[in-house]
Amino acid sequence: MKPSLPARAGVSVELQAPPWSSIPYDWYSDPAIYQREQERIFRGHAWNYVALEAEIPNAGDFKQTWVGDRPVVVARAKDGEISVLENVCAHRGVAFCSQPHGNAKTFQCPYHQWSFDLKGNLLGVPFRKGIKGEGGLPADFDFKDHGLNKLFVAQHNGVIFASYDPTMESIEDYLGEILPYFDRMFDGRELRVLGYWRQRIRCNWKLMIENLRDPYHATLLHVFLVQLSLNRADQPSSAILDRDGKHGAFTSRRGGEIDPEATKEIAAASKSLTLAGTQMLEPLHEFPPPHTLVMQTIWPNIILQQNLNALAVRQLVPRGPTEFELHWTNFGYASDDAAMIRRRTMQANLMGPSGLVSIDDSEVIEMAQRGVQRFPERAGVVEMGGFGTDSAEYTATEAPLRSMQKYYRSVMGL
Amino acid sequence: MELKLELLELYDAYGAALDDELERWPEFFTEDALYRIVARENYERNMLWPTMSCEGHGMMRDRIMAIRETSMFAPRQMRHFVSGVRVLEETSAGYRTQANFLVGESQVEAESRLFAIGRYIDLVVREGASGGFRFAEKLCVYDGNVILSSLIYPL
Repeated sequence: MKPSLPARAGVSVELQAPPWSSIPYDWYSDPAIYQREQERIFRGHAWNYVALEAEIPNAGDFKQTWVGDRPVVVARAKDGEISVLENVCAHRGVAFCSQPHGNAKTFQCPYHQWSFDLKGNLLGVPFRKGIKGEGGLPADFDFKDHGLNKLFVAQHNGVIFASYDPTMESIEDYLGEILPYFDRMFDGRELRVLGYWRQRIRCNWKLMIENLRDPYHATLLHVFLVQLSLNRADQPSSAILDRDGKHGAFTSRRGGEIDPEATKEIAAASKSLTLAGTQMLEPLHEFPPPHTLVMQTIWPNIILQQNLNALAVRQLVPRGPTEFELHWTNFGYASDDAAMIRRRTMQANLMGPSGLVSIDDSEVIEMAQRGVQRFPERAGVVEMGGFGTDSAEYTATEAPLRSMQKYYRSVMGL
Repeated sequence: MELKLELLELYDAYGAALDDELERWPEFFTEDALYRIVARENYERNMLWPTMSCEGHGMMRDRIMAIRETSMFAPRQMRHFVSGVRVLEETSAGYRTQANFLVGESQVEAESRLFAIGRYIDLVVREGASGGFRFAEKLCVYDGNVILSSLIYPL
């Protein structure tokens, strides 16, 4: 039993730690856990992000992407309908699509030239009736039974999601309490894709999500942000969660004078930094006040980034228990003028594989992986802010980690 | 032939400086030079969306300062191998040049690995009293699209 704690705002006084205030280290590298995650999370009851509509605006447009570790193709048919198809030929399993993106009338497998329309229906099989009356498919072979496997699709304000689960609620219900934050970036305006980044990071995918759900680290790890006063512990912040804790939104507001009381424990705050080139930090307020930063984790596979004018979807693609890829789709709006595109491009220096802020994260989570893998019998402690799993209006909390742990354990049956 | 030798010397000195004397990196550029690192997938789609970009010496110095003082990353040694240096075009602005790069990365806690393969597409100009070559533009296009972990140092 733990001694009772002195009362502090937001810190619960329950005496016994709930299971979700600790995270077993072997869950970051166990192959059996990884397989169960693929089945129960990515191929389970979840809407997985797959694409922006702006990436496939025209009939015939397609792009390759991933749902968990399964390759899929997102395609727009002649009638405008969007399908998400597993990239595996119904015949012998060849990944029929090898172009990352493009425009096509049909998909044809290179091995035996079976062809499919953009909704996954089998259109043609060479030598179906044999050659000179010999061989060929059985007379009762029904094309309808041999189409590509299709996922269920949901669209909201230009963002496309896919699911293996036929019982999914609407995407709006799925986003729940996070929907207003989601709609802040995706308000129905036409999007413009500015470019892609991809990173292969040597750690379990959950460490990346947890990094974004951990408001506690931001003002300690990110010295660049702190020294430029872009993010400090004394700035008004909040960590919002949906009703079952699977999605999170972290908000922060830049500016104001440094509060020495709130920042005295942060070594970096005592120094301030000035930039020789100021192009990187000339933001323009384009979203409703007061937040200048909103980072969202949408379960299970994306992080939505709005830091000043730098906007991106970061998609997680697991590559086994101890590696994942992070696919960044950087975007603006079709209505952006040249000055706004330039602003977003300059601010890109803060984010991505070479981001002056995000480098810290991709590096520290690799270090975390090296640690947890070597000590699989131990567990992480997430007790900042007590044991609660609710939204908070401060940053010295790990409630979003506990809520994710609670939800994860229920989905995984752990 | 003299031009070729001079260009080879420029590229060799550039690679050596990046690997071992990062503070000298801006010296290889004109004061207002444009430096960009772009993934091939973006370059081929006419989206010059940079993974890293600097406009002029100021932003280059900021990048060096961040690497030295504010960024947190596992220590590593990079090694540049530059080859295939050639002049694509001579214009009134200078020489449009191209070269291949191959960059190795060695971390303390991991084996050496091939970090990046790609090409430089540059604009080289003569500058200053000595009339030496400097980059007025440097575009580093990396072929593999996927950055292994993080891109800490310039290419």
